[in-house]
Amino acid sequence: MVAFAVKRLIQSVFVMLAVAFLAFSLFAFVGDPIAQMTGVETSLEDQDRLREDLGLNDPFVVQFTRFTGDMLRGEFGYSFRTREPIGAMILSRLPATLELGTVALLISLIVGIPAGIYTALRPRGVISQSLLIGTLIGVSIPTFVIGILLIFLFGVQLGWLPTYGRGGTVEIGWWRSSLFTAQGWRSLILPAITLGLFQLTLTMRLVRAQMMEVMRTDHIRFAIARGVPWRSIRYRHALPNTMIPVITIIGLQFGGVIAFSIVTESVFQWPGMGLLFLESIRFVDIPVMSVYLVVIAFFFVVINLAVDLLYVAIDPRLRVKESF
Amino acid sequence: MLAVEGLSVQFTDRFGTNMAVEDVSLSVDRGEIHGLVGESGAGKSTIGAAIMGLLPAAGQVTAGRMTLGETDLRALTPVAAHRLRGKRISMIFQDPQTSLNPLMTVEAQLIETILAHEDIGVAAARARAVSLLEEIGIANAKDRIRAYPHQFSGGMRQRVVIALALCSNPELIIADEPTTALDVAVQAQVLDLIRRLASTRGVGFILITHDIGVIAQVSDRVTVLRGGKVMEQGQTLRVLGQPEHPYTKALMAAVPPLDRKLDRFHLPRIAGEALPQAETDTARVAEDWLMAGTGSGPGPSLDLSGITVRFRGERRGLFGPRDDFVALDDVSLSVRPGTVMGLVGESGSGKSTLAKVIAALVHPAEGEMRLDGAALPPMRARRRADPSRRLVQMVFQDPYSSLNSRHRVLDVLSEPLWLYGLEPDARRRARLARAMLALVGLDASAADRYPHQFSGGQRQRIAVARALLSRPGLLLCDEPTSALDVSIQAQILNLLKDLQARFGLTTLFISHNLAVVRQMSDDIAVLKEGRLIETGPSEAFFAGPDAAYSRDLLAQTPTVRFDMRAV
Repeated sequence: MVAFAVKRLIQSVFVMLAVAFLAFSLFAFVGDPIAQMTGVETSLEDQDRLREDLGLNDPFVVQFTRFTGDMLRGEFGYSFRTREPIGAMILSRLPATLELGTVALLISLIVGIPAGIYTALRPRGVISQSLLIGTLIGVSIPTFVIGILLIFLFGVQLGWLPTYGRGGTVEIGWWRSSLFTAQGWRSLILPAITLGLFQLTLTMRLVRAQMMEVMRTDHIRFAIARGVPWRSIRYRHALPNTMIPVITIIGLQFGGVIAFSIVTESVFQWPGMGLLFLESIRFVDIPVMSVYLVVIAFFFVVINLAVDLLYVAIDPRLRVKESF
Repeated sequence: MLAVEGLSVQFTDRFGTNMAVEDVSLSVDRGEIHGLVGESGAGKSTIGAAIMGLLPAAGQVTAGRMTLGETDLRALTPVAAHRLRGKRISMIFQDPQTSLNPLMTVEAQLIETILAHEDIGVAAARARAVSLLEEIGIANAKDRIRAYPHQFSGGMRQRVVIALALCSNPELIIADEPTTALDVAVQAQVLDLIRRLASTRGVGFILITHDIGVIAQVSDRVTVLRGGKVMEQGQTLRVLGQPEHPYTKALMAAVPPLDRKLDRFHLPRIAGEALPQAETDTARVAEDWLMAGTGSGPGPSLDLSGITVRFRGERRGLFGPRDDFVALDDVSLSVRPGTVMGLVGESGSGKSTLAKVIAALVHPAEGEMRLDGAALPPMRARRRADPSRRLVQMVFQDPYSSLNSRHRVLDVLSEPLWLYGLEPDARRRARLARAMLALVGLDASAADRYPHQFSGGQRQRIAVARALLSRPGLLLCDEPTSALDVSIQAQILNLLKDLQARFGLTTLFISHNLAVVRQMSDDIAVLKEGRLIETGPSEAFFAGPDAAYSRDLLAQTPTVRFDMRAV
């Protein structure tokens, strides 16, 4: 177990290095940073001096090492656009995205898993069939259309919920949270549903398919034959066996939810990292883009690592043998 | 105790209805073992499922009475029926690998089952679970109970399954092929256990099996079934000693004898019944093609020397030594050209690993292989284009998982032809594939269907056809019939025997069934825990083996021709 964890940790370091390389390549190969920073009135001598000062004439390897070192020390540099330190920019946006992503994932799990179980146990029921058809429609409509429809219905027509922005936040240290006020929840709920809907469908269908397969296995048939109560057969025997493959997907989903919250954030003008990224693209703010890339990759790596460890913890059989 | 009278079960599907069980009556007393024997499709398992109230949705009991003591089993509500399961009737399944929940400890599963039926505390349930495991022959039960199912070997796992079926003190246990997935030595132990439980605890057993040897070993009474109908019923001694019905006789004659070698395996057919005839004209095409490729000479010789295989084990601690597992230890073996070498041993003895080493699926740590004198490179050194890839072909044990279920049979069969560049023209490939199907005794139209549309025996024929279509010289058969019942086994083995003789294929035939090996092989090799115990001509081996272990192995093999001859 420890050896496994160490092995995975080392693999993760290499993944992060690869991503850092990609992020750094943005600087090196997408446009000239000096041209981005300076205007036409800067003389060529000044530009050359700046280039020398910033170390842009150093060999590629030296520059990349310096970049990685800076990243590790938490010095992310400055935005071309706002001249603010990127670390602080990301940090101020991070809570909004994390809260949105977490709530969206929770919605998808809290609704998706029970719905999956229900549709698996009563595959021919009317409710199951309507759930399956309903979710099929749900995934067929793009996220932004769902967002707009929700805004139209709950924000404009009924006027129950705010249509954009993030209100009612409370500051806890540097973490600006919207989870502690009713107003905060009111503005969070629509974007979270929009973001979580696709994951919800995926979770539901995955749980359903797995559960139906598990219910047909010998050990479930044996449990039925020896009169284990149905409740235990379903939730103690079948459900954990169902969840093993599902956990992997859910882990990846969480990464996906955070990374791809861009669309939802822009529809609801949610002040998270996705919106920041969109603005950065518009202004070709390469430093912000590359840091965003690294931070998202970091999330993916951490989540994957956690999922792998969880997997080993749940399944006692994980022993891969190979001849040598 | 259990009385079944005139039971009929009907299955309905979109093609209509068919009677799976017709007018079957049987009874089981306390402490009695009642054997149900027959070929696949005889309705044995359906009877078991009907008694349990666990028929699949398509099945329906249409007539008959089933009573357990005073309880009418057909009149129970679903809730009452579920309460009865485990409490009064329990069940043992065929494959101990899959019949336990892999994520729960044995302890949790046992305690849960006990508490489901009795209102005792957790501590009392645990105490009973431990003493039950001890009774059932699991050493050090107090500690072992905390293990997960995968930490037990196959035989021990089947004991755990039996403990689970037994822990709620049921009156009747339905054992559906409880030893089919186990090897001979373990099978003997499990059967002994069932016998002992019946006599000491007074549990009644219904023992469902296709192996008449198992019936002979333990059952008190036997019902011979065929096509859902009872052929013969009575005391085991009487039925197997002096069979009255011709089908019983045929079934008994179909069991391969351990004490002599037959030319062909007998099919359980009553005299006068027509045997399905293969289309010989179509088959001729495939036969000529095979002959043209291999010539009439015998296949290549195979020489193995010093084969050692180690599997990487768990590391003890972070930097501790690894507990490596030695699967094969310095095995040297020679198969003469065009002969059959039988490879026997218990499960875990390394038989399959050896076949995989030859087929380049497992890399040996040491050792050398020669095919017809030329060096046969091991797994990592064997190139994709190496000619031995075509020459060495394998027939796997499980015909359900060895064929790609998304490929039509035609695609499965054509693959070796283009892969090895044997037949560039697609139309001729198709023609050859159909001809080969006829040669292995299947209809040529089978080519257009998918593997799941065939029975186990038919699939194994397809697997043999696939192997033959690469014009092999060396055929590795890894327990090709151990998942199949006696009549299908006879068909497949007769087929292999014919093909082997006709095309002079060198064959490595792996089996844990010594009687079958005797019929098939010219030479024999015995493996135990990865070591070669003895090797030599088959007939001499069966006349009197050298090693003590081989004698044990011979003694454990159940036979029908037991001392009942005198009865």
